[in-house]
Amino acid sequence: MAQPVELPSKIEIGPVIDEGHSLASVSDKIAGIVLKRKITIGWIFGFLIAFGFMQLLMGAATWLIVKGVGIWGINIPIGWGFAIVNFVWWIGIGHAGTLISAILLLLNQSWRNAINRFAEAMTIFAVLCAGMFPVLHTGRPWLAYWLLPYPNTMWLWPQFRSPLVWDVFAVSTYLTISAVFWYVGLIPDFATLRDSATQRWKQVIYGFLSLGWRSSARHWQRYEKAALLLAGLSTPLVVSVHTVVSFDFAVAMIPGWHTTIFPPYFVAGAIYSGFAMVLTLMIPVRKFFGLEDIITLRNLNNMAKVTLATGLIVGYGYMFEAFFGYYSADIYEKFMIWNRMTGPYAPFYYVLILCNVITPQFLWSKRIRTNPLVLWCISIVVNIGMWLERFVIVITSLHRDFLPSSWGMYWPTIWDWAVYLGTLGFFMTCIFLFVRALPMITIFELRMLLPGGRVKEPVAR
Amino acid sequence: MSVHSLENADPLYGLMAEFESAGDLVAAARRTKEAGFKKFDAYTPFPIHELDDAMDLHDNRVSLFTLIGGLIGCAGGFGLASWVEAVALPLNIGGRPFISAPMYIPITFELTVLVGGLTAAISMIVMNGLPSPYHPVFNVERFSDASRSKFFLCIESDDPKFDRHATAGFLESLGPEEIAEVAR
Repeated sequence: MAQPVELPSKIEIGPVIDEGHSLASVSDKIAGIVLKRKITIGWIFGFLIAFGFMQLLMGAATWLIVKGVGIWGINIPIGWGFAIVNFVWWIGIGHAGTLISAILLLLNQSWRNAINRFAEAMTIFAVLCAGMFPVLHTGRPWLAYWLLPYPNTMWLWPQFRSPLVWDVFAVSTYLTISAVFWYVGLIPDFATLRDSATQRWKQVIYGFLSLGWRSSARHWQRYEKAALLLAGLSTPLVVSVHTVVSFDFAVAMIPGWHTTIFPPYFVAGAIYSGFAMVLTLMIPVRKFFGLEDIITLRNLNNMAKVTLATGLIVGYGYMFEAFFGYYSADIYEKFMIWNRMTGPYAPFYYVLILCNVITPQFLWSKRIRTNPLVLWCISIVVNIGMWLERFVIVITSLHRDFLPSSWGMYWPTIWDWAVYLGTLGFFMTCIFLFVRALPMITIFELRMLLPGGRVKEPVAR
Repeated sequence: MSVHSLENADPLYGLMAEFESAGDLVAAARRTKEAGFKKFDAYTPFPIHELDDAMDLHDNRVSLFTLIGGLIGCAGGFGLASWVEAVALPLNIGGRPFISAPMYIPITFELTVLVGGLTAAISMIVMNGLPSPYHPVFNVERFSDASRSKFFLCIESDDPKFDRHATAGFLESLGPEEIAEVAR
């Protein structure tokens, strides 16, 4: 038999959480970030930049309401410009949070305990950003409630056979359930903050938010059950949301959209971009808040592996998109893929392939997966790549459809960019406030990873 | 180990013992149950599954309510779409039947998850008696560690077997760090 091969340059990854932590020390460390840590110059600086960008959103949305969607670059045939590109991008980013909090909980992956709170927060903020785009895209945001079924004097109802109505239900359910799951997870940690706080006003606020949680075993039993049920319900939900988003495209007749590969390919892409965004945010946060002992290299390594795996699925999707175009023997499908590779938007396609297919291949290397700086750079490239993917899907399919008489071009205006950068500012503002006001790591789940979190019953006396 | 003010005449909520480790607490809870106490509770900084067995905790009503909520959402979603498309505003869309079941699945599914998930969270909170602005256990000064690092067991005075002195003696036999009276 072959001898076991000694792998060259073995890199030690270490445990999920560094040794030397106790139940009290993790509680104090994470609660201390919220309760004791002073507001630093760096935080104020970062927050002001993010808040400044958020004002772009305010300004651009105001101007949109004053003038209408004509201020954007959209036209006929390209009625779905940046608004839908950004909507799909933001929704996709949210998916990593639910995957980490729900699917990895069901799969009993304990490394998720250090990152799930942060990832869920990211989900909620990303879905909030996503939700703004279709509402603004209606051109009359103050009438957005028309999307909901409610009895009105004209007795008009939404068309339940339309994917756009499915989207309203999917995204609002997703936001609601994510927020509920997040809050349920926060209740015991609010109790920790309440009990650790020394100032009266903090005790009152966190006490109020904790609902008077008293860590009772009878409560924990129901709590765990509810958390498991929420995870079980969120798991198909997260898959359904991007599937429904992909139906917006796949149910339409446009060449390049009308394919059955869209739902799985969108879901994989969503998880891919979401994990990239988690890495983009977590790597600086663990550095600035000194959390390297809790968000360890093992966490980063595992997240990078998920990114690589979903990146490969996305690459497979691109391959088969091209193959279907060729194999369909349909001139419009064939032309669509040819136009995507050689038409006016071809550079976007090649940058997309570079970002989403070539770049993740670096993640095969353990050395890169455990190098936070390189990993961070790769995650940024992936974020850009996934944004380009949505741009290519939305724009190149619409700009060349069946009749050359209805061909056109789309270029974003300054207002398109202002709304997009504005939502990035809104997102980062939320993240900055979140890391200061709430425990960014689920403290009670972290305790279960520690030696003191395991039950060793003494022999009966 | 010390027993604080056992002669205090104030009305008592119960007697609380503090333990250093999860294992000690589980053993203590098991012996408390075996001793015949019914009204007692453990307080721990994280969920301990061994306590479900040690304390006989088998409340599955959250699951039941979630199932009922999910079914209501499911029926409600399909019913809403069907009623709107067949009764309220029947429109002929490309000759499709008014009740085009496959196209109503996304709405049905989303409402199943929405109502089921909300039921799970709300029923958990309500059955736990939350929000509870006041609870006597917080009168014990060291109890603030229950959400941080320590493990507590409280036998309540409502229990028919409760006796101020005998129960204190029983708790002491469990080997706690400390025993405290819980003022009501």
